[in-house]
Amino acid sequence: MTNAATTPTTTVADSAAFSFSGLGHAYLPGQWIFRHYEARAEKGEVFALLGPNGRGKTTLLKILLGVLAPTEGTVRAAGRIAFVPQLFQVSFDYTALDMVLMGRARKVGLFSQPGPGDERAALEALARFGMAHLARRPFHEMSGGQRQLVIFARALVAEADILVLDEPTSALDLKNQATILEWIDRLAREEGLTAVFTTHHPHHALAVADRALLMFGEEDYVCGDADEVLSEENLHRLYGIDMKRLEFEAAGERLATLAPVFGGLNRARVAGRRLSDTL
Amino acid sequence: MAEATVSCGASTQPGWRLPALLAFVLVAAVVISLGFGAYPMSFGDSMHALWRALWPWAGGAPTTGAEIREWTVVTVIRPPRILVATFSGIALGLTGTALQGMMRNPLVGPDLVGVSSGAAFGGVLALIMNWPVAAVVACATVGGVGAMLCTLALARLVSARNDGVALILAGFFVGAFFLAGVGLLKSLPLEFSWKLPGIVYWLLGSFRGADPVKVWVIAVPTVVGFALLMGLRWRLNLLSLGDVDAASLGVDVRWLRWAIIAIVSVMVAAQVAVSGVVGWVGLIIPHCARMLVGPDHRRLIPASALLGGLYVLALDNLTRTVTGGEIPVGVLSAFFGTPMLCFLFWKTQTKGWNE
Amino acid sequence: MVTNAISMNNVSATTLRRLVPFALTLGLLAAIVASLCIGAYPMSFWRAADIVGHLALPWALPEDLPWPAKEVAVVQVLRLPRVLLAVFVGIALGISGTALQGMMRNPLVGPDLVGVSSGAACGYVLGVLFDCPPGVCVAVAFFGGMTAMGCAYGLAKLARGAEGIGLIIAGIFIGAFCMACVGLAQFLANDGQLQNMVFWLMGSLTRAKPNTVWTLAAPTLVCGSVLMAMRWRLNLLSLGDVDAASLGVPTRLLRFAVVALVSWMVAAQVSVSGIVGWVGLVIPHVARMLVGPDHRRLLPASALLGGLFVLLVDDFTRVALRAEVPIGVLTSLIGTPFLVYLFWKKKTKGWNDG
Repeated sequence: MTNAATTPTTTVADSAAFSFSGLGHAYLPGQWIFRHYEARAEKGEVFALLGPNGRGKTTLLKILLGVLAPTEGTVRAAGRIAFVPQLFQVSFDYTALDMVLMGRARKVGLFSQPGPGDERAALEALARFGMAHLARRPFHEMSGGQRQLVIFARALVAEADILVLDEPTSALDLKNQATILEWIDRLAREEGLTAVFTTHHPHHALAVADRALLMFGEEDYVCGDADEVLSEENLHRLYGIDMKRLEFEAAGERLATLAPVFGGLNRARVAGRRLSDTL
Repeated sequence: MAEATVSCGASTQPGWRLPALLAFVLVAAVVISLGFGAYPMSFGDSMHALWRALWPWAGGAPTTGAEIREWTVVTVIRPPRILVATFSGIALGLTGTALQGMMRNPLVGPDLVGVSSGAAFGGVLALIMNWPVAAVVACATVGGVGAMLCTLALARLVSARNDGVALILAGFFVGAFFLAGVGLLKSLPLEFSWKLPGIVYWLLGSFRGADPVKVWVIAVPTVVGFALLMGLRWRLNLLSLGDVDAASLGVDVRWLRWAIIAIVSVMVAAQVAVSGVVGWVGLIIPHCARMLVGPDHRRLIPASALLGGLYVLALDNLTRTVTGGEIPVGVLSAFFGTPMLCFLFWKTQTKGWNE
Repeated sequence: MVTNAISMNNVSATTLRRLVPFALTLGLLAAIVASLCIGAYPMSFWRAADIVGHLALPWALPEDLPWPAKEVAVVQVLRLPRVLLAVFVGIALGISGTALQGMMRNPLVGPDLVGVSSGAACGYVLGVLFDCPPGVCVAVAFFGGMTAMGCAYGLAKLARGAEGIGLIIAGIFIGAFCMACVGLAQFLANDGQLQNMVFWLMGSLTRAKPNTVWTLAAPTLVCGSVLMAMRWRLNLLSLGDVDAASLGVPTRLLRFAVVALVSWMVAAQVSVSGIVGWVGLVIPHVARMLVGPDHRRLLPASALLGGLFVLLVDDFTRVALRAEVPIGVLTSLIGTPFLVYLFWKKKTKGWNDG
């Protein structure tokens, strides 16, 4: 039971970018991190993965990446997967161009070096993100947001179909968070890339995700349309605190976001009055 | 409710049972070791001679020739070597634990700041110059402390942040430099080449040729260092949290770190001076002690000191009795130490080793 | 204006970096010829170059030599093997140090990562202890080095998978165990054997002969070219396992290949010339300062630089010191302060990861 290494079943004419069924993983026999998970994402969709710390988000990402073999169940991914790590550290001061060039690893033969064509592709990808002028800048001197974009460019060069991002916005300031979220959205719409990301910010999922998977517990999860799944009740179950869905008007449209209640703490409470009093 | 307070009290109070047991075993081992050796004499006879030497009403010094010889072996010839071995082991176990705790790195040994290499350099220099034993000891101590000062100066020069990595690197460099110096001395022109076997043997680590002077050279730093580290042992728990954490708890990290390194260096220099480079003890003993009493330095410091003494004494007894040609203790120690560390490495699956 | 100046500066810096390998190649060739002229029997540079040129050409020397036969003998028999051995030792160590530092993402890793040098030393010392002929000692040393690598890999695999820190720790253990065996052998050896062991352990090029040169040259050329061809892959490996794997790189296989190739070279190097320390640790740093971290330029540069460095150090011992100071001692004495200087310059920046 614990070692049910099921062979991947290739379903013909499946439009899913990736899907997993009956997925379960246990680092120690019998201690399931999660089990019986089912989910799928269509091509060009953005898929958000939410759950508290230690619930297995990163494990699920690793399984999706193929770095970790699941204990049971199957994962299907149609196409290449590119990974955008959370904290990107390089030990040597490679330039941004060197980093993007590494995306060509599949194209360049084992015993040959990347040629001018590869370099051109890398420069084009950097230019797409408005970073061509930074091509010769050492990667480790760049800001967190710029590094993320360099890795996005690398994913483009790698001709990835699926982009897997581990908490892409966690270490960034608000402006850079917005930039990264916009790019995730643009890559999905313009390039047809499927993006999978984990996050601790439900409002980021609400902003860009088409689908969301909420990991409540071992065999307890919900997966579906992000707008429906990211409900106040589900988020309360997920994080154990109250979340409010706020609707507002911006850019001539009616939008929604999610805000935590933090146990009713609020220094800006309108002096002594409650909402019910004003009504 | 009551149970909770009891268990809470038990967990914060260091248990003394195991260290006390270890201390008893160590004393017993020292006594028993007096009964082993090259001189052909039964264990019972040697214990009897010891009894007469220690117990004032047992009849005092013997009078017959054979008895006088046995008496001399037990009271004059064997004790220095046994004491040097025991104190060396205590010094190594203690220093290894202190440095591993301080650097939060389980692969750090007492040679962290290049002391052993510096002491080896000093000792080899004195051996080549054909100076007397006391000068070898003095040169080795000076070399060891000199290496420590070089390391500290270098680490200070380099790192504004004053963190552990700078220290480890500086120690690595200084140690390597002094080892190269040892190599240079060993390769000096032919007039000295007849000394090579002596130098190599000394470098491999051995307790042969221990005398009362050497006992004092190792005993004084070890006892003082033991007392100081026992005083600081709870601070080591704080240091092992990491610099920022410890500083935020009000510990003067920099001062404490320098103090510990200074204590450790003097102890290691003394050890190398009297017995050459005995590797691996300072690296493994802390791990074994941690398995016995847990990671709390309040128990760990005494436990690893006693365990170190016991281990080195046992190794020396082994080489004195079983192996005829007196294999250097440093070699034996490495032969036992490496597989043991491999086993630990395999057991722990390197959990927490990659700090 | 300012940005323009900066970009100009950048351009000239990158062109300079491109020129470095050519400059190093020329420098190495010149140094080889120059090393052939110096020594107890002096000779002009062009004369030496002429002789080498004729020796290198496939057809035989002319009947009536334009120079004294003695000079040819000095160059061909006495100096050329030693010079070539020094160069190959340097090349092997430079390449292996760079490859392993890149792969392990750790600037303090040297060619002895998996205990190869210690294993080879152990093998050699055992050979000496049992009075084997020199050729057998070399073979045993080589075997010992490869065995050490196998053990380190096995141990790392047993513990946690042969990546990163696991391999480094396993290498430390295996190396230490082999050095303990060396200590035991030294203890058991008689005085003559001990002398042989001690001097050999500290690295020496005195036993350079055509067959020792070939023993080292063949693995260095074979493994070196394979590594050279894969040098861009080292960039990918230096990203870390998960990231490299997501780019389609078979990291485990590649890592093993790199370690195996390096071990082969280092075992050959140690078995013919003893332990020459610090070259494999220092040269990659110097090369990185010259040409940057990209292994496409770094690997050739550090190979050439390594050859140049060992050759110059050996010339120094031959000519300036006029004594057989073991080369390993000198490389350590030079290498350590240099690394200290680097360490001081960089203020430990980027040294603490890995």
